[in-house]
Amino acid sequence: MKFSEKAHREYEGILSRYPSPETAVISVLELAQQEFGSVSEEVEGYLSELMGVPLSKIHAAATFYTLFNTKPVGKHHIQVCRNLSCSLLGAESLIEHLERALGISVGETTEDGMFTLSTVECLGSCGTAPMMQIDDDYYENLTPERVDEVIHNLKGGGTG
Amino acid sequence: MSELLLSRNFGVADSNKLETYIESGGYKPLEKALKEMTPDEVIEEVKASNLRGRGGAGFPAGLKWSFMPKESKAEKSLVVNADEGEPGTFKDRALLEKDPHMLIEGIAIACYALGVKKAYVYIRGEFVFPTKRFQDAVDEAYDKGFLGKGILGTDFALDVYVVKGAGAYICGEETALMESIEGKRGYPRLKPPFPTQVGVFGGPSVINNVETLCSVPHIIERGGAWYASLGAEKDGGTRFFAVSGHVVKPGLYELPTGTSLREIIYDHAGGIRDGRNLKAVIPGGSSAPVLRADEIDLPMDFDSVAKAGSMLGSGGVMVMDERTCMVKAAYIVSRFYAHESCGQCTPCREGTAWMHGIIGNILNGLGREGDIELLQEIAVNIMGRTICPLGDAAAMPVQGFLKKFRDEFESHIREKRCVLPSAGAGAGFAPCW
Repeated sequence: MKFSEKAHREYEGILSRYPSPETAVISVLELAQQEFGSVSEEVEGYLSELMGVPLSKIHAAATFYTLFNTKPVGKHHIQVCRNLSCSLLGAESLIEHLERALGISVGETTEDGMFTLSTVECLGSCGTAPMMQIDDDYYENLTPERVDEVIHNLKGGGTG
Repeated sequence: MSELLLSRNFGVADSNKLETYIESGGYKPLEKALKEMTPDEVIEEVKASNLRGRGGAGFPAGLKWSFMPKESKAEKSLVVNADEGEPGTFKDRALLEKDPHMLIEGIAIACYALGVKKAYVYIRGEFVFPTKRFQDAVDEAYDKGFLGKGILGTDFALDVYVVKGAGAYICGEETALMESIEGKRGYPRLKPPFPTQVGVFGGPSVINNVETLCSVPHIIERGGAWYASLGAEKDGGTRFFAVSGHVVKPGLYELPTGTSLREIIYDHAGGIRDGRNLKAVIPGGSSAPVLRADEIDLPMDFDSVAKAGSMLGSGGVMVMDERTCMVKAAYIVSRFYAHESCGQCTPCREGTAWMHGIIGNILNGLGREGDIELLQEIAVNIMGRTICPLGDAAAMPVQGFLKKFRDEFESHIREKRCVLPSAGAGAGFAPCW
């Protein structure tokens, strides 16, 4: 396990912006997740050695923040908000609809490794509820039709 | 319609661009501050504006700035809280996306007033697009001499660093945010020392919310007294009310502080959907105790809402119609705090989980006589017994739901089910409750 050359340059860029390697841990974890897909124990061990930071400090940060996946996720990570504003406008039906459309339950990954479905707390998009985040993007004001369209497109069925 | 300050360019094409910002008078206030005012005069102007923190606590911004020591061995900094996470709140995201230069200008004026050369902007990790928009604006500002060395031909220098969060509500708490900037778990710190004594990387820090800082250029441009006159008595200016839930037009509404809650819901957000009646409203993000429909003739400023037994907080107005089950609403709110408790303090870690579990039992027909009293006892034992305000933020809404809608909890326990007429799951993502 090793950063690619490109990732290693980014890593050095991150370190140069922080006063010490310890303080750069969260940024480096983010880079590592992009590079390796998740922050496994193996990744933590690699970073500990690379950065000269105790494994306990790496592990403490990796397991505290919800954006770090300690287990691998599918190619597309669907995260549906289930907080109050979204629930008031049907987040529960939205989650059930997605479970049916993907054939998996919340917390699972499709067999082909394409989609992981998760529920999350407020994503700060309450005025456009119900909503979900897929990878880096927000999808707002959702309807069943819009959800079907988005999933279809991600499966390679079209653009948009 | 009152004048828009924060959102004046929201409808304009390329509102995120430097050019658009300058065309609307942007960066003139910074020039005025740097060339015509001393740092102390800037602080006095902000004090006179009655600007209060828009992140939720409502602390007077000018007063906070005046706590910053003039001299310090360790490097001073400004920390910008863009970890918008309070359920019901979605205003800082809009500012980052649609008018990032207003924030940069607010940061620059604040740093000049505080004698600070470094600003850290902590943006929640989920905000990938807003972060990109803001970083692009920062790069643009460096290119055109609004950041970096020798800003606007003066000897004022400032560096702005964007720091990404990684998914933890607790990092919106000021000291947890600082721990997170330092690469650690977001565990809130004991105070004192306060951030203006020991903030980020060991130096004194002032921490302000995005919307608070975006208000600053307007105060410098037109004066603190003018800004104060726009709003309520001890809570000046305009602010965002983020309206969500069962209204016809959910969204952001920039209005003078002190605008009545009724006006916000019925005149601006179009009233309740499908001709239904209002049942309940959370006036300031999910930590704020719920209000009943007969309590909305309420001026939305910090002091008035506090007097009514709730909290203006971050201005997140969550509206619930007559079909909404209050036990379920309380369940969802309590689940959030149980999920987000950092686990450092026992009353919060254990208490939030117990409150969530007990409300869940009541919701699912497993409630027992005495559960309401038990919930109240747990809430009382969390309040004021934790390092940071998350414990209070979790206890207050539970107390609010029990106080305002106790009969619904009682009937749930007695009947072992929800007694509200079910709307049924209609077409699409219609509300199923």
